[in-house]
Amino acid sequence: MARAVTNQRKTFNTALAWGIGLLIFFPILWTFLTSFKTEAAAIASPPQFLFFNWTTENYGVVLQRSNYFLHFSNSVIISVGSTVIGLLIAVPAAWSMAFVPGKRTKDVLMWMLSTKMLPPVGVLIPIYLIFKSVGLLDSRIGLIIVLTLINLPIIVWMLYTYFKEIPVDILEAARMDGASLRNEIIYVLTPMALPGIASTMLLNIILAWNEAFWTITLTTVNAAPLTTFIASYSSPEGLFYAKLSAASTMAIAPILVMGWFSQKQLVRGLTFGAVK
Amino acid sequence: MGRITLDKVSKSFGDVNVIPPLDLTIDEGEFVVFVGPSGCGKSTLLRLIAGLEDVSGGQIRIDGRDATETAPAKRGLAMVFQSYALYPHMTVRKNIAFPLKMAGMPQAEQDAKIEAAAKVLNLSSYLDRRPGQLSGGQRQRVAIGRAIVREPAAFLFDEPLSNLDAALRVGMRMEISELHEKLKTTMIYVTHDQVEAMTMADKIVVLQAGNIEQVGSPLDLYHSPRNTFVAGFIGSPKMNLIEGPEAAKHDATTIGVRPEHLDVSAASGLWKGRVGVSEHLGSDTFFHVHDTGLTDVMTVRSIGDVAMRHGDTIYLTPQADKIHRFDAAGLRIA
Amino acid sequence: MSTQHSRAAARIMISPAVALLLIWMIVPLALTLYFSFLRYNLLNPAVGGWAGWDNYYYFITNPAFWAALYNTIALVVGVLIITVGGGILLAILLDQPMWGQGIVRILVIAPFFVMPTVTALVWKNMFMNPVNGLFAHMFKAVGLQPYEFLQNAPLLSIIGIVSWQWLPFATLILLTAIQSLSSEQMEAAEMDGASALSRFWHMVLPHLSRAITVVILIQTIFLLSVFAEILVTTNGGPGYASTNLTYLVYVQSLLNFDVGGGSAGGVVAIILANIVAIFLMRMIGKNLDA
Repeated sequence: MARAVTNQRKTFNTALAWGIGLLIFFPILWTFLTSFKTEAAAIASPPQFLFFNWTTENYGVVLQRSNYFLHFSNSVIISVGSTVIGLLIAVPAAWSMAFVPGKRTKDVLMWMLSTKMLPPVGVLIPIYLIFKSVGLLDSRIGLIIVLTLINLPIIVWMLYTYFKEIPVDILEAARMDGASLRNEIIYVLTPMALPGIASTMLLNIILAWNEAFWTITLTTVNAAPLTTFIASYSSPEGLFYAKLSAASTMAIAPILVMGWFSQKQLVRGLTFGAVK
Repeated sequence: MGRITLDKVSKSFGDVNVIPPLDLTIDEGEFVVFVGPSGCGKSTLLRLIAGLEDVSGGQIRIDGRDATETAPAKRGLAMVFQSYALYPHMTVRKNIAFPLKMAGMPQAEQDAKIEAAAKVLNLSSYLDRRPGQLSGGQRQRVAIGRAIVREPAAFLFDEPLSNLDAALRVGMRMEISELHEKLKTTMIYVTHDQVEAMTMADKIVVLQAGNIEQVGSPLDLYHSPRNTFVAGFIGSPKMNLIEGPEAAKHDATTIGVRPEHLDVSAASGLWKGRVGVSEHLGSDTFFHVHDTGLTDVMTVRSIGDVAMRHGDTIYLTPQADKIHRFDAAGLRIA
Repeated sequence: MSTQHSRAAARIMISPAVALLLIWMIVPLALTLYFSFLRYNLLNPAVGGWAGWDNYYYFITNPAFWAALYNTIALVVGVLIITVGGGILLAILLDQPMWGQGIVRILVIAPFFVMPTVTALVWKNMFMNPVNGLFAHMFKAVGLQPYEFLQNAPLLSIIGIVSWQWLPFATLILLTAIQSLSSEQMEAAEMDGASALSRFWHMVLPHLSRAITVVILIQTIFLLSVFAEILVTTNGGPGYASTNLTYLVYVQSLLNFDVGGGSAGGVVAIILANIVAIFLMRMIGKNLDA
C-alpha cells in the first residue's frame, strides 16, 4: 500500500514482526551459538546466551573424529548429482511440452506431478529389495537414482513454466536462421532460460539435500549423507550438545544460504502453479 | 531466384479448415502483399511458405523445386517477425551473424557481410549494443539485417510495422520499399493495413476466411474490385455500397461509389441528404451524410475546404463512369 | 510451430522422462501389490506361499494400525491448523509496512530449509530434554518441575516440531497470495466504510481461499509421510503413541522384515494419499487450463 502510514504504526508492525521472526528463528540461532560453547556451558543453568567463552573446539572435534567430511561430500554428491542428471532428462521434456504442445501434453504434465504424490512407504519394500539384490544399498549411485526420480516431476514442472515465458517466435527465428534443434537449444534457449535453469537447480539441490526418507532407509555407513549421519547422533551418548550444534550448523548452513535466494522458486516449484 | 508457386495448398488445424485449396504464383522480384481482415489466414499462409507450419494438402514450389517437405532453414527464405524476435542475449552484431554462424561461414566472410548489411540499414554504430538498448525502429532494422545477410530467395514480412507508432510506420514503410528497389529480391509482406498494401505492393492478394478474393496490382484492385468484399476493403474511407431500387436502376443488386467520386453541391444533385459529422482537414473534407434513403451513412470526400456543417442539406452526384456494379452474389458486373 | 519435424523431435525429447517415471511408478507399485498378497518374511525365508488377504487382515486388525491411523490424521490436522492459521496471520503481518521486512522474511522462512533430522534433534535435545533443555530451564526458573515433552505428549510434541518446520512454507505461499491482492480494491473498500475486520473477512479471506486450499492439499500430501522427525525423537513411542502410518510400515518392513505385512501397509498408505491427490490434481488441472 503506497500510502502514508504513521510512523507509530510502522514501529508497532516492525516490533511485532521482528519479535515473532526472532522467536521463530531462535532455535537456529541457539544452535549456532551453542556450537561455540564448551559442553559444560551448553547445558549450564541458567542458559548462557551470548556471554560465554567462545571456542571452535567443537568444530574441530566433529570434523576430525566422525568422518564428517565423508558424509558432507556424500550430501554434496547426491544433491548435485541428482540435480544435474535430472536436468539432462528434464530440459528436453520441458522443451517439448512448452514449445510443441499436443492434446495430451497437459495430461502428461499432470501425471508427472502425480508421481510426486506417491507416499514413499508405498514403494519402500520393492525398492529396498531391488537395491539389495543389485548391490545398490548404501551406495551413492543408488541414492542419486532415487533422488533423481522423485524430484524429476518438480524439475520438469519448473523448467516448463520458465520455458513458457520464452517467446516462441525467437525460437522460430532461430529455426529460420538455420539452427538445428541442438543448436537452437544450445545457442538460443539455454542462454535465455539460464536464470530459470539456475533457480530450478538451486531448489532441487535444497530438496535433495534435505530429503530424509530414502537417504535414511537406503544407506548405512558408506553412502550416508548428512541427514542419516545426524540421525545417528540421536542415541544419547552423554553430554554432546555443543558438538551436535556444531555438526548441525555445518549441515544446514549451505542450505540456509541457498534457501535465502530461492524463496520465489519455492512458491513456483512446490505449488505447481496453483498460486501465483 | 525467388519464384514461389502455391499449388492447391490447404491448411486445417484439427477439424477446422483455415485455408481451403488455394493457387498462387509469386514472380521473381515481386513485392507481394497479403492483406485481409484479422483471422483471414494471411499469417498462416506466410508461415506455410516459411515452413513453420506443415501444409495439410497441396504443394509449395520454390524456384521450381518442391519445398513442401523441406525444413524452414533449407528453403532459402528469411523472415522478419512482427515482434522482431531478436536474440536478447546477443549483441546486434551477433544477432545478424547468427544465421551465418549456423551456416558455418568463416569469420572473415561473416564480418564482411555484417558490415555491408549494417551500412545499408544504418546500424553501424549500434553493432555492439543489445536489443534491449535499442528503439523499436532500430530493432526493426536489426531484424531486417539478420534477414538480408542470408541473401535469401525471398523475404517474408509478418506485419512488421504493427508494433511501431504511426510516425515511425510511415518512415519504415518507405525504407522497406527502398530496400526492395535496391535488392530486387522477392518480398512477401503480410499486413491488415490496406494503406501499407496499396503503397508498397507490386501485387496485392486479398484474403478472406482463407480464400483469395482477388489478386492484382493496387490500381487494379482500386479500379476494378472483383467483388463487394474487395470493393469495401480497398480504399479509405470505404466505398459506399447501395442496394435496392437505386441499384436496380443500374441493372445490379448492389452498386458502389467511392467517397471521392461523389460531387457535392448545396443546391442540386442526384441524391439528397443531411450532413451529420463533418471532418475538415484543410486538404480534404469528409462528410458523413444521413437520410439519403440509400444507405445508413454515405461517406463523401471532397478536395479542399468545403463549407458545409452539421445539419446542412447536401446534394450528391456520383460520377457516372465511377459507379461499380455487383450482382446478387456480390460479384462484379462488367 | 507444430510441424512434422518438431512433433517428431518433441516425442523423442519427452520419452526419457516419461519412460523413467513410468518405470518408477509401475514396477515398484506392482511389486508392492504382489508382495502384499504373499507370505514373505526376510527373517524366515523358508515360509512362503500365497497369503491372500491375510496380510491386509492382520495389518488392519493390528491395534497398532488404528493407533497409527489416528496419529497420522491427528498429525496432519494439527500441523495444518497451526501452519495455516499461523501462516495467515504471519502473512498479513509481513504484508504491513515496516522496516527491515526483507530480514524478517528470512528469519521466518529459515526453518523450512533446515533438514528434518537436524530439526528433530535440536528440538529434542536442546529444547525438550527434561534435564538440560531450554524449556526445562524455563520451567525451573518459575519453580515448576520440567515437563517431559517427548515422554508425556509425544504426538503433540511432534506436531509442534513439524509445525515449526512447515510454518514458513504456508507463510510464504500465503504472503505471495496476499501481495497479489490488488491494493486498489482494498482502498476502495476502505473508502466505502469497511472496517479492518470486515475487509479481512470479505476481501482478504476469499482471495486467499484458493491459496489456502493449495497449501492444505500440498502440505497434506507431504505430512502424510512424516518420517525422520519421528525416527529421531520418539521412535514412534512410547508404545505406538507417536507412530504414524509411514513409521508403522517402516517398522514392519525394515525392522521386522515382514515383507508381506509391510507391503499391505504400503498399499493402505497409497490409497490414503491418493484420496488427497485426486483433489489436488483437480485444482492443478484447473490452473493449467488458465
